[in-house]
Amino acid sequence: MTDISTRSAGGGAGGTVLSLRKLAPVIFLAPAILLLAVYLLYPLVESFRLSLLDWNGLGTDARFVGLDNWKKLASDALFWRAARNNILLAVFSVLIQMPIAVVLAVVLDNAGRGSRILKILYFLPLLMSSVALGVLFKYFYDVNFGPLNALLDYVGLGYLAQDWLGDTRYALGAVIAVVCWQYIPFYMVLFMAGLASFPAEISEAAKLDGASESTIFWKMKLPHLRGTFRTAIVLSVIGALRYFDLIYVMTGGGPEGASELMATYMYRNVFSSFQLGYGSTVASAMFIIVILIASVLLRFSKRYETEI
Amino acid sequence: MASSPVSRATGRVAVPVLGLIWLAVTTVPFLFMVMTSFKTQQESFSSSVWTLPEAFNLVNYIDVLSGSFLTYLKNSVMVVAISVLLVMLIASMAAYAFARIRFRFNEALFGLIVAGMIVPIHITLVPIYLMTRHMGLYDSPFALIGPYVATSLPISVFILTEFMRQIPKELEEAARLDGCGPFTIYFKIFLPLSGPGLSTVAIYNGIMMWNEFIFAYVLTSSTSTRTLPMAVWDFQGQYASNIPAILTVVTLTSLPLIVAYAFGQEKIVNGMMAGSLKG
Repeated sequence: MTDISTRSAGGGAGGTVLSLRKLAPVIFLAPAILLLAVYLLYPLVESFRLSLLDWNGLGTDARFVGLDNWKKLASDALFWRAARNNILLAVFSVLIQMPIAVVLAVVLDNAGRGSRILKILYFLPLLMSSVALGVLFKYFYDVNFGPLNALLDYVGLGYLAQDWLGDTRYALGAVIAVVCWQYIPFYMVLFMAGLASFPAEISEAAKLDGASESTIFWKMKLPHLRGTFRTAIVLSVIGALRYFDLIYVMTGGGPEGASELMATYMYRNVFSSFQLGYGSTVASAMFIIVILIASVLLRFSKRYETEI
Repeated sequence: MASSPVSRATGRVAVPVLGLIWLAVTTVPFLFMVMTSFKTQQESFSSSVWTLPEAFNLVNYIDVLSGSFLTYLKNSVMVVAISVLLVMLIASMAAYAFARIRFRFNEALFGLIVAGMIVPIHITLVPIYLMTRHMGLYDSPFALIGPYVATSLPISVFILTEFMRQIPKELEEAARLDGCGPFTIYFKIFLPLSGPGLSTVAIYNGIMMWNEFIFAYVLTSSTSTRTLPMAVWDFQGQYASNIPAILTVVTLTSLPLIVAYAFGQEKIVNGMMAGSLKG
């Protein structure tokens, strides 16, 4: 190795040789590490510290209350309902998005020339900001002026019309539908990539042996997508556990907490009730839950890791 | 055996039918949005949602564009441009160190940074809010740059490190024999050769930042400092029951990315996929 060293300006008789090569990693990494320390690591630790306080965030009257907030959290039905909603969101995201995404991927795989333009159009919802989508669908679901109820009315299903976001029975489902609407194309593109990596020679050979298209799909292509399914499920579950924007915009977690998530509950505690301490407890608990579930999922999916 | 021609026939029908059904599902909300934006408020109350607008009415567009909309747009462009440039520079520097310089803790540090990808940003929200107030940056668009750059770093470092590991070693060895130090090698060889990796990083993070909501919501509060996603939020409060005006704002805020998409669909789709997959 040719070592290019420079003598530091201050190197006196002692011969302090400061190797630029040695310092290089420090210089290259310093900006990234500094930013991550300030905006990720410190807030993480600080959040746990705040979780031990009773504080409205304004004055200096923060009071150390030990684990009181954590005890409160453990028996806080609202928090556990929010966590349950996160789990429901995760489960239904997977159950609804995966099958539709696979079907669409297969459709586009067979659509020939039209598939490119369809893929481009399908992908559009992913470019929208969640606020824009949230506001759009708030009006889409509107009980009086919303096009959804108008559409149901038009096709003679008027009796199905509901106050979608205002009814505790439907709010969470209505919001999950929008999440699926936005993300199905994402998983579709993922499955398309999986299908494209299926060797054409194999399906040709199977066809020569008399296998039908459906046999090839069920017995060969679907098993080939196993790795893609795992990736998709991990992404979808982790995304669902930390979901916030769209639901906050559409329902604010309501009505009566029917669509509350851990993140919206945290937000309400901090910025509406000004309970910074307890809000930080909720945030910290959410962090623990996400990390636990994510590491279980990642370990589980790594054990069987195949190509994506 | 006998089912084969039948299933082929159903396939021939099912493929376009399913394709068109999903096209309808995707486009109906957008149609509602654009159609309504051309209606007057009067019209939106008196006629049914699905009747076409009486005329190609631009009144809402003129109304919105002559308001503070352009201020939001300007703030968004500024925040996203500065943040994306910083992410590209800072992440590529770190990636170069991880990919090519041998030092103690290289792998441990890389693992730690990459692990940052699964941290839900919500846990950082309150401390960053307090910190921003202390720094005197509260209610300034610049308050967003720190959080945006930092939250983009883990995925960007990961993508760029993977990319730089593929760059052939011969190039830098030749440069080193010519007496180039690590800084020259980074600027003259790795940065120019990392183009595709950098563009993935820029596209993915640029779109995420352009649409970012929660930091913008918490760290800024005035019209003059807020970014585009907040325009939708603020106008919603301001216009209350003027649905056409609000949907005009929604249309206008979505337009820049849709226009960009029209020019480079493949790049944007691939960038979004790469970013989310690694993250």
